[in-house]
Amino acid sequence: MASLTVTDEQVRATPAKVIQPAWVRVMHWVNALAMILMILSGWQIYNASPLFGFTFPREYTLGGWLGGGLLWHFAAMWLLMINGLAYLVTGFATGRFRKKLFPITPSGVLRDVRAALTFKLGHDDLTVYNYVQRLLYAGIIVVGVLIVLTGLGMWKPVQLHWLVTLFGDYPTARYIHFFCMAAICAFLVVHVVLALLVPKSLRAMIIGR
Amino acid sequence: MAKRSFLIPGVDKRLLIKDSIKTMPDVTRRRFIAGGASLGALTLLTGCDVVDSSSAEEMLKSVSKFNDAVQAFIFNPDALAPTFPESAITKPFPFNAYYDLDDAPDVSAADWRLEVRGLVDNKKSWTLDELHKLPQVTQVTRHICVEGWSAIGSWTGTPLRDFLKLIGADTRAKYVWFQCADKEGYNSPLDMRSALHPQTQMTFKYAGEILPRAYGFPMKIRVPTKLGFKNPKYVVSMEVTNDYKGGYWEDQGYNSFSGS
Repeated sequence: MASLTVTDEQVRATPAKVIQPAWVRVMHWVNALAMILMILSGWQIYNASPLFGFTFPREYTLGGWLGGGLLWHFAAMWLLMINGLAYLVTGFATGRFRKKLFPITPSGVLRDVRAALTFKLGHDDLTVYNYVQRLLYAGIIVVGVLIVLTGLGMWKPVQLHWLVTLFGDYPTARYIHFFCMAAICAFLVVHVVLALLVPKSLRAMIIGR
Repeated sequence: MAKRSFLIPGVDKRLLIKDSIKTMPDVTRRRFIAGGASLGALTLLTGCDVVDSSSAEEMLKSVSKFNDAVQAFIFNPDALAPTFPESAITKPFPFNAYYDLDDAPDVSAADWRLEVRGLVDNKKSWTLDELHKLPQVTQVTRHICVEGWSAIGSWTGTPLRDFLKLIGADTRAKYVWFQCADKEGYNSPLDMRSALHPQTQMTFKYAGEILPRAYGFPMKIRVPTKLGFKNPKYVVSMEVTNDYKGGYWEDQGYNSFSGS
């Protein structure tokens, strides 16, 4: 926790320490909006032909009917994909992923999970992610990539048939798409609860410090 | 200050809902009114910078048009829909329509004619016997419904592009527009490049047997590069045209290209 490496960015930065740079904040909130639009319209689409024995309550769906849900889904997908792609490129190019999310070691994760469950996980230094955060943030990026790829495959199962084949077949891609959504929703719940429990992390994602 | 009473300052949300209901298809309108105001309907309206009640919808429509263009751009006329062995065929293949099977068109083979209109040299109508004499091919492909489910079926018929050549269609035209015998007059436009795709077929048989009523007797247009609703059944006429004439579902908001 205490080992804070000084990066070029921080050397250059003004004395007030920037925890979340502007690009991260902008992309985070654009992504939040895009994800919510995609999830709510996705539930609308799901309801037209449910994979399981339940449907989502109409109050939590977007678009009014299947056609409206599809319009929202295929509009918000641009926001999600363009923002997501920009995030991945910037994250790799600036070294943020390398610096913030790695390494992820099993022993580190175990230690921090144990600490988290006994409420001993500190949040004194928001610039360093603990191992649970690293695992979840890296994991949700992978899930985000998966949900976009399965989505693209289902949108263009002929033009991108290799993508569908990669996931097995069309129905399988649909199930994977659904489970990725479920993972994102679960992440969202934990993420929001923790942000509210550590309000300064929320502040950092809004004003940067 | 009136933070809660107005979702958009200065706009009465009840009027917004009223306006949105008007633009919904009948069934949904009924369901929507029964269910009362939903988050979905409200967000449909407030999802973007709303100046008037329909601007969110206008925004969605323009994105959908943009998506038509994107799909036409990435459409590769040589990319074939995956084919499957007969053992992969879904049994029973689902009947699907916006009405019950009992209400499906019951077309008399003797009286039926395929009308050919628009930008074609030979506008003669075709009897079913004449069409059945054309060379036929079989495909086992996946039918993908706009709702998300899919099923693999076996369709036999004449490639549409061969027929278009036969009747001297102007294949530089933008669309082939199909009209059907369904109640409420189902119709659907097919962009010419998809119409000329090697797997696009005038289908006369399902699983080797004359197309049953459930699957579109006497003729269905099988387009494995499109979602199911762009595979019209009970076809009675085709028109080669440069005009976008809309379609049953397309007019209600399904993306018009809806290509796979």
